[in-house]
Amino acid sequence: MKLTSLLASAAMVLGLATGAVAQDKTKVGFVYVGPVGDGGWTYEHNQGRLAVEAEFGDKVETVFVENVAEGPDSERVMTQMALNGADLIFTTSFGYMDPTINVAKKFPNVKFEHATGYKTAPNVSVYSARFYEGRAVQGTIAGRMTKSNIVGYIGSYPIPEVIRGINSAYIHAKKVNPDVQFKIVWAFTWFDPAKEADAAKVLIEQGADVILQHTDSTAPQAAAKNAGNVITFGQASDMGEYAPMPRVSSIIDNWAPYYIERTRAVMDGTWETVNTWNGIGQGMVGIGEISDAVPADVKAEALALKAAIASGEHHPFTGPLNKQDGSAWLAEGEVADDGTLAGMNFFVEGITGDIPQ
Amino acid sequence: MIRLEKRPQPSQAWSMATPLVAVLATMLFGGLLFGLLGTNPFLAIETIFWEPLFGEFAFYYRPQLLVKGAPLVLIAIGLSLGFRAGIWNIGAEGQYIIGSLTGAGVGLAFYPLEAWYIFPLMVIAGAFGGWAWATIPAILKVRFGTNEILVSLMLVYVAEQFLASMSLGLLKNPEGFGFPGSRNLQQYASAHNAEIVTGTGMHWGVVAALIAVIFAYVLLNRHMLGFQIRLTGAAPRAARFSGVRPARLILMCLGISGALAGLAGLFEVAGPAGQVSIDFNVGYGFTAIIVAFLGRLHPVGILLAGALMALTYIGGEIAQGQLGLPAAAIQVFQGMLLFFLLALDLLTNYRVAWRKPEVA
Amino acid sequence: MDLSAINPVLLIASLMVAATPLLLAAIGELVVERAGVLNLGVEGMMIVGAISGFAIAVETGSPWLGFLGAAVGGALLSLLFVILTQVALANQVASGLSLTLFGLGLSSLMGQRYVGVKPPQMPDIHIPGLSDLPVLGPILFSHDLMLYLGVGIIAAVWAVLKYTRAGLILRAVGENHDAAHALGYKVVRIRIAAILFGGACAGLGGAYISLIRVPQWTEGMTAGVGWIALALVVFASWKPWRVLLGAYLFGGVTVVQLNLQAAGVAIPVEYLAMSPYLVTILVLVILSADKSSAPASLGRIFHASH
Repeated sequence: MKLTSLLASAAMVLGLATGAVAQDKTKVGFVYVGPVGDGGWTYEHNQGRLAVEAEFGDKVETVFVENVAEGPDSERVMTQMALNGADLIFTTSFGYMDPTINVAKKFPNVKFEHATGYKTAPNVSVYSARFYEGRAVQGTIAGRMTKSNIVGYIGSYPIPEVIRGINSAYIHAKKVNPDVQFKIVWAFTWFDPAKEADAAKVLIEQGADVILQHTDSTAPQAAAKNAGNVITFGQASDMGEYAPMPRVSSIIDNWAPYYIERTRAVMDGTWETVNTWNGIGQGMVGIGEISDAVPADVKAEALALKAAIASGEHHPFTGPLNKQDGSAWLAEGEVADDGTLAGMNFFVEGITGDIPQ
Repeated sequence: MIRLEKRPQPSQAWSMATPLVAVLATMLFGGLLFGLLGTNPFLAIETIFWEPLFGEFAFYYRPQLLVKGAPLVLIAIGLSLGFRAGIWNIGAEGQYIIGSLTGAGVGLAFYPLEAWYIFPLMVIAGAFGGWAWATIPAILKVRFGTNEILVSLMLVYVAEQFLASMSLGLLKNPEGFGFPGSRNLQQYASAHNAEIVTGTGMHWGVVAALIAVIFAYVLLNRHMLGFQIRLTGAAPRAARFSGVRPARLILMCLGISGALAGLAGLFEVAGPAGQVSIDFNVGYGFTAIIVAFLGRLHPVGILLAGALMALTYIGGEIAQGQLGLPAAAIQVFQGMLLFFLLALDLLTNYRVAWRKPEVA
Repeated sequence: MDLSAINPVLLIASLMVAATPLLLAAIGELVVERAGVLNLGVEGMMIVGAISGFAIAVETGSPWLGFLGAAVGGALLSLLFVILTQVALANQVASGLSLTLFGLGLSSLMGQRYVGVKPPQMPDIHIPGLSDLPVLGPILFSHDLMLYLGVGIIAAVWAVLKYTRAGLILRAVGENHDAAHALGYKVVRIRIAAILFGGACAGLGGAYISLIRVPQWTEGMTAGVGWIALALVVFASWKPWRVLLGAYLFGGVTVVQLNLQAAGVAIPVEYLAMSPYLVTILVLVILSADKSSAPASLGRIFHASH
């Protein structure tokens, strides 16, 4: 007998067995790339898991495994969850993409949800958040607040997700402040507090008085606080402990509504494959409380932009926009298509410096 | 007063018994830890040690033990040869990375050509990559007397940076929408290190690990080189008088261990992992050092030690998923197991004696 | 490209902060290795120090007590290494690696309650007059006290090794433990003291990251500094003042490359990140000509059989 059918039949036997005991309990699994105590990416996914438990109470059982390496380890953890009767499994890192597809093939009756990837299957959905919408709001505040006209940006790796954020922030900062200049530093890590602190300090020493970060620790916040007159934005989680200064606002990954909705769909039997890319409008991207350190008119402007993005009235990538090399990209009034955004590998005109290759 | 007396011969009985005692001690103290964390200790221990082997889904976990254990055994066998001769390669992690890069690089260079010779070429390239990386400390040691522990360790970090650079640059999947990571070799039939029999976990890396165990056993017991290795480890000066050429031995031991680590990397990248990515290496090279010592540097011992480590990894994951134990608790548990295994090895070579303090 | 944006004074000042955890861990390991013991568990001891220090500082409100706790925490963990290698005579490489694995797990268990908590702050000193000097002020007279303590420990280790009897005995034990034993020195006791000192220093280094440099607690936050410290000891060829120099170079590479990036210089980051290790290998090769530099008994097991 082939493994596929062996596994499937085993899962069915189990499904029948557990079905008799707890027929109405839906089991939801979560695979995390970091520890739940990372205070950022994995922490927020775990908040989403807790929200699912809070929403459905006894009707749901959640399990999770943290610190799961991408590759064969993740494939085994997913299989283990599926074997043990999970009905729905959220895999929360880009590197889980191929393992998710592999495991999903073996368990056609289990639903999978892969974060930030692009491969779907009859039982695999993908979901991601339009963080760049939040970056537009940050860019507006940054452009208005900077006195030195230098905005520092800590990037993790030069991948489309990060590049999109830089472009969006830059476009909106430039719109309100034509003199603004971005200094970009690549940390080549998602998480290394000491290095992030160094990066923030370097940017501040080179004149930046606004720091945007696309890495997950609060180290840059602390560095900015020590420096005094520098503002920052929370990343992934609210980082509210640094409000009102230096943290003046934040982008919050809010997975809870999506996790609850998808769990409900599995319970109702209405689950189907979707390719979700939600933003501020659907609540997947949250904008943290804009603190009093921001003048009222700037705050109002930022909130108006947020509202316009949420309603779909404004798209952060609206022409006219040129690429960094000066070639035309979007004509007047034209908005970027999702395909280009998903694979974005160029800076827009005005940003200095190259994307490392 | 307690004194240690060296046994004239290592005790056979204790060398068999200590691993068992160590596992039992770990179960006791680990159980205490799990109890403190609010988990039923008996259930936790059962989940870690019993579930993967004989539980309901053992048909899935048993093959996974091979997948997880094979790279550990393959690397540890190579390392043990050098360790026996007092040649310390602790940079297997780096050789593993380089082997995966050269191996996958050769495979990807042929893409999308399908031909039978691609996978064998990748195997050669993987072994070569690991060999070359390990030969750097070997040559430096032979030529300048440089400490190979430190050079091989430094080269791990260099290799990690290479890996990041390759995943973001040269080997990046052109159809990957700009995300880091290479093409998936699982979807490239000629380069895929697939299971030989579906559902058994048996891929070429497992076969290679088993061959390596046999090879090392024969080498150490029947071959001149094995004799020289053992002699050099036991009595370096005597070895030199009996015609052992230290330079040759250093090049051989580091070279073999590097080639095996490189092979492990190639089999992993072309099989279970599938692609080169920034976080491709997950510490097999370092864990293998521990495995080598747990196995008492003996080929069969290493095989068993590799299986035990793989068991705690897989059982630990199950305990996390089923019982909600934090990953950190599993790490501490593994640490305890290693401590007990290392500490109790004492009883193999020494006798504990009670004696009155001598009057000076 | 705008190199004028880089302020060399601030660059040096922040490089000193970046180097301090490295320096503390490395000087401890230097003493351990001088005694002939190779403890690869530095990363584990650092992270346990980082959380011990953080937890105690938060609970007591005093960063000083925190640092004290970090030193004790690091030393306690190194006690495990002592039991393994000095009492049970286990292999040092394997024991050190196990210690790191254990320490990483233990620290996350200890730290579960402290994620997202802000520690009490450690003020920078300000000496009227001196701290306001141009150039020298920010570089030499405006840091936190721990940074000076780190330099102080280096000076102390240097003086002890060079001028005292205790230092002489320590080096003798590291060079030839059998001879030292024959001369009547307590090899094991001396090594235990050295290992505990190394653990305490690593703990301080970890706490410097969690209490001053970052300051926060997150799992795995030392992110490999302990391994770099091991490289640094070799780079320094087991000489205390070279540890200081090396720490500034190693820490400096990160700070300088970030500075260059921010100034818009296109540099291949990965290749620059390799450079400290390649330089260390080069130093090793150069040093190998001078056979006396590495402690001769490094990593070898000692058992008094007579």
